[in-house]
Amino acid sequence: MSDRAAITETVTGLIQPFNKKGVTLTDATTFAGDLEWDSLTVMDFVAAIEDEFDIIITMNMQAEIENIGQLIDAVEKLKG
Amino acid sequence: MTDSIQTSDVPVPGQDSVPGDLMSKFDGLIAERQALLDSGVRDPFAIVMDEVKSPTEAVIKGKDTILLGTYNYMGMTFDPDVIQAGKDALDQFGSGTNGSRMLNGTFRDHMEVEEALREFYGTTGAIVFSTGYMANLGMISTLAGKGDYIILDADSHASIYDGCKQGYAEIVRFRHNSVEDLDKRLGRLPPEAGKLVVLEGVYSMLGDIAPLDQMVAVAKKHGAMVLSDEAHSMGFFGPNGRGVYEAQGVEGDVDFIVGTFSKSVGTVGGFCVSNHPKFEAIRLACRPYIFTASLPPSVVATAATSIRKLMHAHNKRAHLWENARQLHGGLKAMGFKLGTENPDSAIIAVILDDQEQAVMMWQGLLEAGLYVNMARPPATPAGTFLLRCSLCAEHTTEQMIRVTEMFRAVGKAVGVIA
Repeated sequence: MSDRAAITETVTGLIQPFNKKGVTLTDATTFAGDLEWDSLTVMDFVAAIEDEFDIIITMNMQAEIENIGQLIDAVEKLKG
Repeated sequence: MTDSIQTSDVPVPGQDSVPGDLMSKFDGLIAERQALLDSGVRDPFAIVMDEVKSPTEAVIKGKDTILLGTYNYMGMTFDPDVIQAGKDALDQFGSGTNGSRMLNGTFRDHMEVEEALREFYGTTGAIVFSTGYMANLGMISTLAGKGDYIILDADSHASIYDGCKQGYAEIVRFRHNSVEDLDKRLGRLPPEAGKLVVLEGVYSMLGDIAPLDQMVAVAKKHGAMVLSDEAHSMGFFGPNGRGVYEAQGVEGDVDFIVGTFSKSVGTVGGFCVSNHPKFEAIRLACRPYIFTASLPPSVVATAATSIRKLMHAHNKRAHLWENARQLHGGLKAMGFKLGTENPDSAIIAVILDDQEQAVMMWQGLLEAGLYVNMARPPATPAGTFLLRCSLCAEHTTEQMIRVTEMFRAVGKAVGVIA
């Protein structure tokens, strides 16, 4: 499995507990529009992603992330 | 909360919005507020005090009301010496300064109040801002520049978040009051980068206090500087009333203390104190300090007098803590769910199920003659609705008994307690 595929699998796994509506997850799935997450859910989710990959996603970076694909890109880059 | 991954709880335009109308983004807020008012309750965010009789009593719509939702912790607003100092300053220096601290806006009493702060906190430096909000905004945005990191608690006050947004640093937040989460995040940052950890002694929504002793130790281990906001602890935490950081014995390791005159001091204004040898440079670089008018002479004169009296207010301090214990114990025994297990601070938060229950309870108390704060998301953590009680050293034991009985009667009527 490529790095990106492995990250995608882990990220979608971490999304599932917060995916209350059972939305089908693709790179284009948005956190606000499709998953309807509020800021508190995002806070918990980001902390879980950070701890899983041992990275920091600063709030400056988070402001640019709208969908799952962008999050995976960010994780890939931060893992270096 | 603030900027994060795009979320669904940002304001959205309503159905009847006109294209190009920038005000359309508030349609959701307007509708929510209207729905609340249509349910027949009084607007919790439009209370007017027609008369204020003392630090603990006001007249609201013709009714004598006990105030249990102000930040007048030490009851200094009607202190005769404080009032006289303000009157004298009005007579001698006029009603305002008409200018920035940096230019024509520094009068005798601006220097005097900074001297009072240095004595109160035992520091070499003190800088006064026009509000507490601006003190955080100015200090945080000025201290941390491009390439530096600010590490803040997720439940930080809006002024701390706004200070982060105002500057150019990278922003990292950690789970509320979690020493482990702070440690992990600091450990992932570049060792050579400048770091500012921003903490609060007392978190004002639930009234819980921070484990500053452990957090400051972790920050220092990673080479970070520490700023602690002690707005809700001044006057009654620690041997000298300096705050939670003093009570927990970390005075030597906190680099900057931010505080306010609008709570225990009893007027308006903000400040930062520090022992840093280069602290004065803040005055030359800090935009929220430079580009605004300084406080009126009467305000800084009242603040200076109040701060000096707070140094010796041991009896008031003791009575404030008695009040906190009495109310916390009373409400807990009745079965209310509270924000803290113990009376940790002068704020006692009553946690309710939803907005409707919170508003019913709030209105019932107001009609009975008691004012408390109603707080709701996004100001509150974890989406909670709560009634926040803040105590005053001038609340009498008899008032506290009446307050407790009002909570019992209204709590039963609304069905919050059995």
